[in-house]
Amino acid sequence: MKRRSFLSATGALVVSFRWPADAVAQGPLPGSLAKQPLIDGWVRIGTDGRVTVLTGKVELGQGIKTALLQLAAEELVIAPERVSLVTADTERTADEGYTAGSHSMQDSGTAIRHAAAQARTILIGLAATRLALPVAQLSVENGVVRGGGQSVRYEELLTAGQVLHVKAAPQASLRDPARHTVAGKPLPRIDIPAKLSGGAAYVQDIRLDGMVHGRVVRPPSPGASLTQVDAAAVERMPGVLKVVRDGRFLAVIAQREYQAVTAMRALEKAAQWSEQATLEDVEPVYDAVRRSPSQDFVIRNQGRAPAAAAGVGTRGVSATYRRPYMLHGSIGPSCAVAHLVDGKTTVWTHSQGVFPLRKALAEMLGVPEASVHCIHAEGSGCYGHNGADDVAADAALLARAWPGKPVRVQWMREDEHAWEPFGPPMIASARATLDATGGVASWNYEVWSSTHSSRPGGAGDLLAATHLAKPFAPTPPKPLPQPEGGGDRNAVPLYALPQVHVVHHFLPQMPLRVSALRSLGAYLNVFAIESFMDELARAAHIDPVVFRIGHMPDARAQEVMRLAADRFGWARFKRSPMRGRGFAFARYKNLAAYAAIACEVEVRRDSGELRVLRVVAAVDSGEVVNPDGIRNQMEGGIVQSLSWTTLEAVTFDSWRVTSLDWGAYPILRFPQVPEQLDVHIIDRPGQPFLGTGEAAQGPAAAAIANAVADATGVRIRDLPLSRSRLRAAVGP
Amino acid sequence: MTAPITLQLNGRSRQVNSDPATPLLYVLRDELALNGAKFGCGLGQCGACTVMIGTEAAFSCLVPVGVVGERPVKTVEGLGSKHEPGPMQRAFIDEQAAQCGYCIAGMIMRAQALLERNPSPTDAEIRRHMAVNLCRCGTHMRILRAVRRAADGLRSRT
Repeated sequence: MKRRSFLSATGALVVSFRWPADAVAQGPLPGSLAKQPLIDGWVRIGTDGRVTVLTGKVELGQGIKTALLQLAAEELVIAPERVSLVTADTERTADEGYTAGSHSMQDSGTAIRHAAAQARTILIGLAATRLALPVAQLSVENGVVRGGGQSVRYEELLTAGQVLHVKAAPQASLRDPARHTVAGKPLPRIDIPAKLSGGAAYVQDIRLDGMVHGRVVRPPSPGASLTQVDAAAVERMPGVLKVVRDGRFLAVIAQREYQAVTAMRALEKAAQWSEQATLEDVEPVYDAVRRSPSQDFVIRNQGRAPAAAAGVGTRGVSATYRRPYMLHGSIGPSCAVAHLVDGKTTVWTHSQGVFPLRKALAEMLGVPEASVHCIHAEGSGCYGHNGADDVAADAALLARAWPGKPVRVQWMREDEHAWEPFGPPMIASARATLDATGGVASWNYEVWSSTHSSRPGGAGDLLAATHLAKPFAPTPPKPLPQPEGGGDRNAVPLYALPQVHVVHHFLPQMPLRVSALRSLGAYLNVFAIESFMDELARAAHIDPVVFRIGHMPDARAQEVMRLAADRFGWARFKRSPMRGRGFAFARYKNLAAYAAIACEVEVRRDSGELRVLRVVAAVDSGEVVNPDGIRNQMEGGIVQSLSWTTLEAVTFDSWRVTSLDWGAYPILRFPQVPEQLDVHIIDRPGQPFLGTGEAAQGPAAAAIANAVADATGVRIRDLPLSRSRLRAAVGP
Repeated sequence: MTAPITLQLNGRSRQVNSDPATPLLYVLRDELALNGAKFGCGLGQCGACTVMIGTEAAFSCLVPVGVVGERPVKTVEGLGSKHEPGPMQRAFIDEQAAQCGYCIAGMIMRAQALLERNPSPTDAEIRRHMAVNLCRCGTHMRILRAVRRAADGLRSRT
């Protein structure tokens, strides 16, 4: 592959360019243009007329590649087939940090849209000179500028040198959304055909010349140390090239993949470990959470002080909601390929952040960052910080031990189940009072949570680096700041309430490694707030949808709630025994997509079996770029949250994590998915993009719990709403 | 060195040199460089590795290559290509039935086995049959629609 040294090209050279007067507006550059202000850092046009879009964000199965390509095609007025995409690569693309937090459309989408629009303006300006016509007499169609009976193709205008190698302006003349032909339309995903025909689509599919295979023998428990290993017999096994040991990092490299697996199993038997009961204080989970020392932050305090407000309301309601440790549970275990050549390590990785990973790997290997090159390659869906970065570290260590050959490492199922950073357990406690009219008079809310991000960071945030003979220490956890927050994400209610007091108890200790799981704390906080709003509505004898809308000043929030309720048929719903309806709403992070979800459930009294029959969702993600992409994200979020909410909890004893496969950690299967799931989208042309990827997780959970309460009269506040828990609550 | 094994794979005869105890999945991926069947669990719990052996959907992660024998093996590569997708693949494209897509090749092969045996399954039969395969992105509704679409297309052609 020919690689242009993008970073060095952009380092010093800034070509001056005279902007039309109205374009020289002051203000910050929109989206990630602030991080990479050069237009050709985002869009380039080749001499063949093909457009290359460069993004620092990555495809995680959310369809971002297609949406970004649509934006570029729209603003450049060129057929989407003529646009291709380069995703995160530490030597080619902008550093856009992590692909996380439903930020990609806001950050990268906004940058690409503005860069593409400004590129079009520049090209039309050049065409005007070339054709000796005023800009107003020119039009563009599929990369060809026309006017006065003449035409010129974009690529013919590039002869003047690096015409797009200029700094972007804060303002761009964006195309009128009403006249869009590509953006806002359901373009089929560009990555799907290869994925379902056996094309090379994933990091798991990379096959390089001379590639060998590594497998890691992990300690049997987090506190175990390796006392002895007799590797001689393993080293004599067919195909085995090397056994690598550094502290309690133990691995094997073999020629063929299954030879590596077989050797790993033998090496497991040959290794002797000294184990510690490091998890004995973690059970019961929620006692451990409550006991853990906390740093307390008052993240919202408005209205009268809590003490004074306590007596205001006439009726008090309180409740506590809890979620367990949860898995990301990628179907494909994490995988990476690393190759050390002439002192430089190239790593193909499905990390959500190739630049932070490069920094951490360089620290672990003790080399300058320039000696590590991280290239994103798709993996199985991750839903947050799974084993992606960790397996990249494994591969980098094994590439160092076997230089000159690419080393592919794929985790086994039990590696992912035991060692991925879990979603942390949380507790939320709510107290409120109602006034004489049934309105909320006071609202007090506390949430306990450890960190929701242990992403690298430093080398100590890579699993293998903490197992080396000279181990790196994990970065001390810090709370993610508001307004987005971590454990306190969505802990502040969006409703207008006369008195609100919200406290975040941040727990710096984390007995089991935890990190970002799709929607972070919003899953529990929205579950809690929206369950609690239902409990309050019931106490006030007001319909829960009417109750919510009555407390909601935001018109867009009201609109998604009305739409979901209407399409569900909320008002005309007829209840039958053990069948009920539930409703919930949230605006993700209180600043991204608005989502309202209504559902109908049935609970079997004898078995506790819960069936979600019907789900209707409404979503407002601002201006829509790919409606089917939004629909797919909402459908997926709802079904995944249904799985989390009804089935999932990590289990462990005093020593070890015990939920090591899909038998011990069941997730949703086809017979359990809803009969019907409808998503209704409100398009807001001209409004900023609001991320959709995580919008459904919290509302889906609360809608299900509220429907269970409606069906059975029993309120379940502990997740998951498992069959055994339901049977205990409603059984005969 | 073990004696070569002959596989009837996607309508062609292929010779492989793997140890007969090697699971078929590793032979397909590592020796024959096919991407379709995926490693998911190695335990027969998730179906990412699903292929057809004879007329049945099978977990290729559990089947030693030595026991396949004469039975024809079909992987997703045998149904069509990126540019010329077969009817089942076409149905998945038409329904945009993928998010990350890692499970989808296995889903397609399991669905293919169903329709080859029963071209007119009920929705309940589809759900029951597909229960073996896991999807984590929550693409289930679209996968069910794609299988339905493929079945309907099969009927309208016959």
